[in-house]
Amino acid sequence: MSKVVERKPLTFLEKTYLPQIVGGLKITLQNAFRPKVTLQYPEERPPIPEGYRGVPTLVRDPNGREKCVSCQLCEFVCPPKAIRITPGEIPEESESVHVEKGPEDFEINMLRCIYCGMCQEVCPEEAIFLQDIYSVVGTTREEFVYHKQKLYELGGTLPDEHYKWDKKKAATERAAAGGHH
Amino acid sequence: MDWIDILLKVVYCVLVVVVTMTIAGYSVMAERKIASWIQGRIGPNRARIPGIADIPVLGTALVKLGIFQLPADGLKFLFKEEPVPAHVKKVYYTIAPCLALVPALVVLVVLPFGVYYIDGQAHPLVLADLDIGILFILAISSLGVYGVVLGAWAGNNKYSFFGGVRSSAQMISYELALGMSILPVFMWANGPTGGLGDLTLFNVVTSQTALWNVIWMPIPAFVYLTALFAETNRLPFDMPETETELVGGFHTEYGGFKFGLYFTGEYAHMVIGSAVFTILFFGGWQFLPTFGFLPEWVANPWASWGWIGSVVSVIFFIVKLYALMVFFIWIRWTLPRFRYDQVMTIGWKYLLPMALACIVFYAIVIGAWDTFMNVQDTPAIINQSAP
Repeated sequence: MSKVVERKPLTFLEKTYLPQIVGGLKITLQNAFRPKVTLQYPEERPPIPEGYRGVPTLVRDPNGREKCVSCQLCEFVCPPKAIRITPGEIPEESESVHVEKGPEDFEINMLRCIYCGMCQEVCPEEAIFLQDIYSVVGTTREEFVYHKQKLYELGGTLPDEHYKWDKKKAATERAAAGGHH
Repeated sequence: MDWIDILLKVVYCVLVVVVTMTIAGYSVMAERKIASWIQGRIGPNRARIPGIADIPVLGTALVKLGIFQLPADGLKFLFKEEPVPAHVKKVYYTIAPCLALVPALVVLVVLPFGVYYIDGQAHPLVLADLDIGILFILAISSLGVYGVVLGAWAGNNKYSFFGGVRSSAQMISYELALGMSILPVFMWANGPTGGLGDLTLFNVVTSQTALWNVIWMPIPAFVYLTALFAETNRLPFDMPETETELVGGFHTEYGGFKFGLYFTGEYAHMVIGSAVFTILFFGGWQFLPTFGFLPEWVANPWASWGWIGSVVSVIFFIVKLYALMVFFIWIRWTLPRFRYDQVMTIGWKYLLPMALACIVFYAIVIGAWDTFMNVQDTPAIINQSAP
């Protein structure tokens, strides 16, 4: 059942188009005095919502230990192949020698990264997070390859509930001391 | 003529051109600011010139208003690389932007922009008080289209070409309505108010002491204003540019300072157009109309202030002109563009007959007024024949 819309012929005033122009002028005038929506960018920053996927960063646990164990899962899962990890041994004298491995270098090419967050999803150590950094600038291609040190600077420390490696170390020590699991 | 006179004339000319170009430049700024306000933005507010911008309150306010954006833009146009495409016709390509700007500046010569008094006798502040003022303006300002058309053809590109063709068609259509809509004004200026029987713009302003023309000639004013929008290629009549269909229209192939010239020319045209409209319909530099019963001084309260009065009259003229410019800009950010056939329909089928009807109507009214009200003194004829 279709409804027939009644189309009235235009009145003389409507045909002159003038009342509509005046109406339009009124609307634009009102708009001119509305509060502005502009964000003065470098000084004012937009609020970053929860769960925002910004630049991928590496984080430390609250004890300051680097969490990445260079398992290279993120490197394999990364769709644009932006991550490259050079695995390395952890030196004997280091405090975190109980952790099996650490990255010698961890590169993320920010020109390739597509901010999909798969590295964060796949990481078994919760070591890589896409945090709230959105402004990536540089003047050369080299500058856009973020190395390990820069990634840790950006990432900082995030709270950790697991202390996986510390618990494992404690358990090993207990076992060595004759305790049982 | 004494050489001092010549020197003074040159100085006046330079002064007038500089002031007009500054007004044109700052109307670009006004355009950007008002556009952004209407769109809910803030607009340019960062360009700063160190010395001036550092003045505590004033400097910050000026920076916020975007006052220094104009020199920044100008410098940008000057220093930009200016590639000349290989397929353009070089000579015409170079001449065209100048041709767009020059007519606008030439019109300035006959434009009265203020008044001064010698022994109680009013004289216009004008570079050359031509008898045929308005004819001169109509003749020269319509030459501006040559710059557009020539640039469009020299661009040797289908988009430019379409822009140029549309521009010339539009200009010719609206030129007629423009010329006819001002005839009632001159009939009035030379009839009952005792004008001297010429076409100077000063005469027109004097004839509006009692009543500004816009009040009792609203339809000619409307026709003239609409035609003016078309003549200056402003929205809703910006057929030559039509950037959604024709890339940039006539200036598709232009960049750098040549584009800057077109840009300035467009705004200079707007300034001149607003100035002429102010003179013809808004009483020029007069303060308020007397409406026939208010005392004479209301029209020119600064008549007895000497040179200060002249300066104030010029300032008041510029204020009126700027109000009109703001209206131009306001319309631009309100109305969408007409379709090309609509532009032609409005021009030929509505504005032109309307202007013709107005001529007939006001000719009868003014003739009747002249016959029945003041037949005893017809100064137009007597003054001319007197030695």
